Amino acid sequence: MEEAAIQATHVHAPPEGFIRKYVFSLDHKMIGKQYYGLALVSVFMGMVLSWFMRFHLVWPEAKIPGLGTIAATGAPGGVITPEYYLSLLTMHGTLMVFFVLTNAPFAGFGNYFLPIQIGAEDMAFPRFNMMSFWVTFIGFLVLVLAFFIPDGPPISGWTAYAPLSAVGKDAGPGLGWGQNLWAISIAIFCVGQLLGSLNFIATTLDLRAKGMTLMRMPICTWAWFITSSIGLLAFAVLLPACLLLLLDRLAGTSFFIPSGLVVSDRLQNHAGGSPLLWQHLFWFFGHPEVYIAILPAVGIVSHVLITSMRKPLLSAKVLIYSMMSIGFLSWMVWGHHMFVSGMNPFSSLLFSFPTLTITIPATIITLIWLGSLYGANIQITSASLFALGFVSMFVSGGVSGFFLAQPSIDIYLHATYFVVGHFHMVMGVAAIFGILSGTYFWFPKMSGRMMNETLGKLHFWITFVGTYCIFMPFHYLGLVGNVRRYASFVDDFMAPLMPVHKFISIAAFVTGAAQLIFLYNLIHSRFRGRVAPENPWNATSLEWSIPSPPPWNNFGGKHPVVFHDPYQYGVKGSKGDFVMQDSPEQIVGGS
Amino acid sequence: MRANVGYIVGLAALAACAAIVHAGPNGGTISGKVTYEGTPAKQKPIDMSKEPSCAKQHATPITTETVVTGPSNALDNVVVYVSAGAPDDNPPGQAAKFEQKGCQYIPHVLAFQVNQSLEISNADQTSHNIHPLPKVNREWNKSQPPGSAPIVDKYDKPEFIPVKCNIHPWMHGNFAVLKNSHYAVTEGEGGFSLAGLPPGKYTITAWHESYGDQSQDVTISGSETKTVNFTFKAKPY
Amino acid sequence: MGKFFAVVLIVITLASAYPIVTHKFVQPVDISTHGHAIDEQLADTMAEGGFAFVGAQLLLAFFVWKFSSRKDGSKVTHLPGGAKLMVATAFILVGTEVLALGVLGQKAWADVYFTPPKADALQVQSQAGQFAFYFRYPGADGKFGPLHPDKIDEGNQNYFGLDPANDVEARDDIVTAEMDIPVNREVHLLMHAKDVGHSFYVRELRIQQDFVPGLDLSLHFTATKTGKYEIVCTQLCGLGHYNMKAYLNVLPEDEFEKWLKDRAAEQ
Repeated sequence: MEEAAIQATHVHAPPEGFIRKYVFSLDHKMIGKQYYGLALVSVFMGMVLSWFMRFHLVWPEAKIPGLGTIAATGAPGGVITPEYYLSLLTMHGTLMVFFVLTNAPFAGFGNYFLPIQIGAEDMAFPRFNMMSFWVTFIGFLVLVLAFFIPDGPPISGWTAYAPLSAVGKDAGPGLGWGQNLWAISIAIFCVGQLLGSLNFIATTLDLRAKGMTLMRMPICTWAWFITSSIGLLAFAVLLPACLLLLLDRLAGTSFFIPSGLVVSDRLQNHAGGSPLLWQHLFWFFGHPEVYIAILPAVGIVSHVLITSMRKPLLSAKVLIYSMMSIGFLSWMVWGHHMFVSGMNPFSSLLFSFPTLTITIPATIITLIWLGSLYGANIQITSASLFALGFVSMFVSGGVSGFFLAQPSIDIYLHATYFVVGHFHMVMGVAAIFGILSGTYFWFPKMSGRMMNETLGKLHFWITFVGTYCIFMPFHYLGLVGNVRRYASFVDDFMAPLMPVHKFISIAAFVTGAAQLIFLYNLIHSRFRGRVAPENPWNATSLEWSIPSPPPWNNFGGKHPVVFHDPYQYGVKGSKGDFVMQDSPEQIVGGS
Repeated sequence: MRANVGYIVGLAALAACAAIVHAGPNGGTISGKVTYEGTPAKQKPIDMSKEPSCAKQHATPITTETVVTGPSNALDNVVVYVSAGAPDDNPPGQAAKFEQKGCQYIPHVLAFQVNQSLEISNADQTSHNIHPLPKVNREWNKSQPPGSAPIVDKYDKPEFIPVKCNIHPWMHGNFAVLKNSHYAVTEGEGGFSLAGLPPGKYTITAWHESYGDQSQDVTISGSETKTVNFTFKAKPY
Repeated sequence: MGKFFAVVLIVITLASAYPIVTHKFVQPVDISTHGHAIDEQLADTMAEGGFAFVGAQLLLAFFVWKFSSRKDGSKVTHLPGGAKLMVATAFILVGTEVLALGVLGQKAWADVYFTPPKADALQVQSQAGQFAFYFRYPGADGKFGPLHPDKIDEGNQNYFGLDPANDVEARDDIVTAEMDIPVNREVHLLMHAKDVGHSFYVRELRIQQDFVPGLDLSLHFTATKTGKYEIVCTQLCGLGHYNMKAYLNVLPEDEFEKWLKDRAAEQ
């Protein structure tokens, strides 16, 4: 298994016709782009929803032009009602966590580059792969449908805690068909992810080129492999959880609903269920899910940094093992979302130890990056700026996690803006930086054209400073005791904090607007960008040994052979200070 | 000749009926008083401390309104209406107004007609979420942020509908959606008067949110006033 | 531009640290007997986390300043100690920090959860339901009457679903919309959820715990300072979640007794 790979002799034929090339494509590259495109649409939707939220928090009585027409029930006269705020919040979280952070770095870039980086012609199961995208797309449509039904989108958060999410429309607006559509959408999404994960695992284990031992795979390939292993098990739990929720809602079962509940003057006809069961099932998935969101970014950033630094990491192997330990530990910590949930307090202590322990591999990874920067020759590009920005964000988000990992501190900080600041920093910023770094890095390979570096750097500066301006203050608000998921701040307690909220909202609008620079750059460069050479970054991994964009079968029918790891930088190569992975030339100098 | 006589008699009878139907400009009146006997449950003061902007509008806290009484054992907030014997009426053009003020529903019982416009306004500095709980009509609930436009809706079936606020649990009221225009809601001394009733046999029903309903049959022959009184048995709890 | 990155990062780091170091955003004054342990834990974590945050960001800034866009020809070099040093640092620095805080932090947690309530603690039951908290005191008999969900009648202020007609213990129960407690006396708070999940959070008391439908949960604490404090719901419970609160009034013992008597008269 470690040695020669099983050569892929059965691959699909070259695609013919528009539908086969661009719609129902079996080609992992097109599927990767489709996932990325879906993520792009989702991220802009999610961002606009967050603008409405930030606007409403600071100017609650404002009449937002146009909103009264689009959402006549949720925002009559353009004024956002409390339930509409919660549905914006729910859809924002659901879109971002599932359709952006699981789609782009993993299914998007992973689908595109994993087969190429291991020297394969395509994924092991191209049909499963195609199905996985289209199933995910259907899940997206089902979710978005919730905006258009009379009762409105769900309001129980992306976490959909029972019994609020389970008892049905007695519990409030949006909890009728909106919640059903949410559960159906996520269940469909799980199926798509399971198909995708199977593909990644099988492909990585079975289709590596000659000479491509597991330890010679690029770090980002490792990250996708570990992520898909986590995903296979995690989504396998979320899928039945969503089905059980639907059964409670539609079939009168009581998995999550105990007896004696009086919701809106109506005694609910359920008995025997446990709300905590939903939380355990959800977070057993939910915690590994956040590592699914971050590990591909860790891999992409490592990959970009190595190329940009012109030297290998202090030890790629240590980083890979650290990612594996994070993946392993991620299964043991889910209860840290439930410290004050009413679960046995002894369990809370048990969960806090592996949670604190995850700090160790995360620190190792950070120190490996920092230590590798020493003595480097960092080439500043849009891609490397976002990669360096990622390192900074990873530290910030990781440190705030350290607070929340301790149950005694969590008594005070749970459900405050401190938590919201923490997870936005790691997921909403760091993971996005990973995606952006990968985009600027791989766009030339995927499209055959270069992105505009000036616009890319401008995009970086506004985003880097802007996201710190938005999310660092969240931590301060949390320290003071600002509670989360509130549609309005009506208490005297909150009045002195409103200037901070105003600052955050304005930073959010400015930073959000800057993303339009990126969108413009993406679209403009696709059609008018400078033609890209095969290896614009002088990089070593296999994707840089094939044309930009690659032919349908990646390696033109040839079977690549690799001779060493993809980190031969800072050496005397025939082409410069690097030696490509498929080059048999002797390596002179360097490590 | 006989046919002509029959024709004239028939016309005369018709005219006589018409004369009776349109007897007098005001028709008959059914009036009376609604009282209770026994000791009604104490109405409890409402603590609105969770909503300071409302709490400060009441120098002394308001009490619950499930049993509101007047002098001489008068029972208020009773809807007295014609439940049988009168044809259905078209709704008036004017809207029935229900106000949320000081975190209280004003009036506590609002009687109006099927398909009549219902206008709900929010005079408070807090959002309310009005939630009528019908069994026959369509159920809905709507948020009203402060300063927003009134909610306008209507019900197309007669029904007594409890109303609550989803955000402020102590806010309770009632809608009485009625088929015709002959109704009154008692207040003060508990009196009511249903006027303009053409001759006929009527069933008058008195409905109280805590004590249920009672009916009595009354016949009106001209423009007389008939007295009908209702007495409800109070419950200590 | 590497140098510009370093400068921007240093500015961001110092600007982020400034409000913390100058104590501009601190938790409200602790009014509980167990809270000081939580506050100390928080302060220790802030110091160590702050050190790690500032140290790592400054190191990143320094390395990017020094090692970016060097003239061609400079050879790349490697940090002496290599990966082994990084691993050792992580284990020693973080490992000890982590273990220390994890082990020490147990005491604050244990104070809240692993000590039983005192026998003479004041019993109060809180019911959380969309979207208000109501409270119940057991009255002279010291017993709470049973709850009957089918008897809940909010229009008549029967929020708990008591049946005083048939349940003797319920007859002297005192139901209130504010939670008043005597200062310096332990309170044993029983928690009942009426409809969906809610949570009980008083910042100044350093106490937070979810209400779980179907579970009998409780907390105990002692307030050490009189005053008016907010109890806010922190578990998303529906559209009125943002407006779900009640006031906690900590009173001198005699004022508390008077308050309770007045409320009893209103039942």
